[in-house]
Amino acid sequence: MDIVQFFNEPANYLLVFLLVFTIILGFEVISKVPTVLHTPLMSGANAISGVVIIGAILLIRQAATDDYFSLGLGLIAIVLGMINVVGGFAVTDRMLEMFKKKK
Amino acid sequence: MLSFIINIAYLVGAVAFVWGLRLLGSPDTARKGNLYAAFGMALAILATFFVPLEQDNGNFGWILGGMAGGGLIGWLAAKRVKMTDMPQLVSIFNGLGGACAVVLAYAEIAQFYAGARTMSSGESLIVLVALLIGGVAFTGSLLAYAKLQGLVWDKQVILPRHQLINMILLLVVIVLGVVVFLQDGSGGMTMVVIFTVVTLIYGFSFVAPIGGADMPVVISLLNSFTGLSAAAAGLVYGNNIMLVGGILVGASGTILTVLMCEAMNRSLFNVVIGGFGSAGSTQTGDDGDQVVKEIGNNDLAIQLFYSQSVMFVPGYGLAVAQAQKILKEVDDMLEANGVDVKYAIHPVAGRMPGHMNVLLAEADVPYPKLLDLEDANAALPNTDIVIIVGANDVVNPAAENEPGSPIYGMPVLQVWKAKNTVVIKRSMSPGYAGIQNPLFFHDNNKMYFGDAKAKLQEVAAEIKNL
Repeated sequence: MDIVQFFNEPANYLLVFLLVFTIILGFEVISKVPTVLHTPLMSGANAISGVVIIGAILLIRQAATDDYFSLGLGLIAIVLGMINVVGGFAVTDRMLEMFKKKK
Repeated sequence: MLSFIINIAYLVGAVAFVWGLRLLGSPDTARKGNLYAAFGMALAILATFFVPLEQDNGNFGWILGGMAGGGLIGWLAAKRVKMTDMPQLVSIFNGLGGACAVVLAYAEIAQFYAGARTMSSGESLIVLVALLIGGVAFTGSLLAYAKLQGLVWDKQVILPRHQLINMILLLVVIVLGVVVFLQDGSGGMTMVVIFTVVTLIYGFSFVAPIGGADMPVVISLLNSFTGLSAAAAGLVYGNNIMLVGGILVGASGTILTVLMCEAMNRSLFNVVIGGFGSAGSTQTGDDGDQVVKEIGNNDLAIQLFYSQSVMFVPGYGLAVAQAQKILKEVDDMLEANGVDVKYAIHPVAGRMPGHMNVLLAEADVPYPKLLDLEDANAALPNTDIVIIVGANDVVNPAAENEPGSPIYGMPVLQVWKAKNTVVIKRSMSPGYAGIQNPLFFHDNNKMYFGDAKAKLQEVAAEIKNL
């Protein structure tokens, strides 16, 4: 079976290991967030999901210099990802700045 | 040596994500947490410039150009958005993240079909999963954005027998996915294109029947999808930090989804199926002859001014009327007279998780004054007067004492235990659940009809004259 082969490959196995433990870690770290912070948590997490931009950078770096199809797709992905990353962190910061004010 | 430094940078970046999310869990450290996560991202992106590749053509002009353009757009959007529009902005950003994953997955498949790269069957399965989840997150978020922005109304996008259509679409998507998986790089891109297009259509169709008060659930769910698609892309590239970042987002989105569902006492399946459905139609009759009592500006102002404790219950109507600032003004005037003012926040008030907290924070309401469901219910029996601003279903006593009601069992704010309640509302029309609210007919409840902002301004003017 291909899937079994995939899993038995040490590098892939480690990746699966990382996957499982990150899931557990994620639930542990985030489960205690109070209601007040739900929106910033969501927009902050949203910005983190822009990490997919790394894949776009790798795609462009590997593309042949005249492979305009891949370059174009990569460019679109980078623009989309970057809007997500920069916009997400910036708007979260703007929100949290308001939360900081206390009496 | 270079790859050693890059690996360390990725490790530090991943730890910064985790640590940042942890700090986001407490109001005092949240801002720092967000900055940590942003730092982790910057580090990860920078390190990716230098990752050694077997085939490296640079193309840094493309990369930097794209980053500058996207960064500028994101920055401007973040600086200009109004706090009341936050759900829309988060949705659209989320959709773009999903779109990014779709484009990447598509590019990888295209290269595989062109023979430019090899792909094990494990990898090709993951690419298809990334394409599917990212696609649903993308078009689903776009539709959620359009709904929140008021560009599209629920009725316009819900087809007859929509659940059946959705099930058929999902089935078609899965079958097409299997076909693409089995053809394994041969037979051209036609099937891949069809698969992608149907996936995108399914994303629209998936979100179409979900609306109104269910928005917080669907936004959380789409958020989790985007994270998972990023994680899947991370598996394709064998990139740990993409995997870690994506999974963390997936976990946070999932937790919020579950919390929102619990706050409405509904299962995720029930929300996805859409609407409170048929149950509302059985709720007729018994309220017909009852009358509601109204209250005037002056009376309300006097009652508020001379009470000892006041609790505001904000809902989506507050956001629509943009009444958060004037609410805070009333709060200040009351505080100046020694009235204890608090706010009761129901977890699903508004259109995204925590929506009300953001609006009130914008109006400079200090967060210790915001009580969550449990604390608010503990404080309500000792509250002199409760002002309900644009909320309805979350204060409906039927959730506790009418087993036949569609919202029976949903945790609500027990405002009827307070000495008096006043409901600011434009009309007697029912809330999202489409059911009558018996609270309006209670002896110690008064109605104050009108736009929340205009009405609060009138009250503020009256209080000034006292």
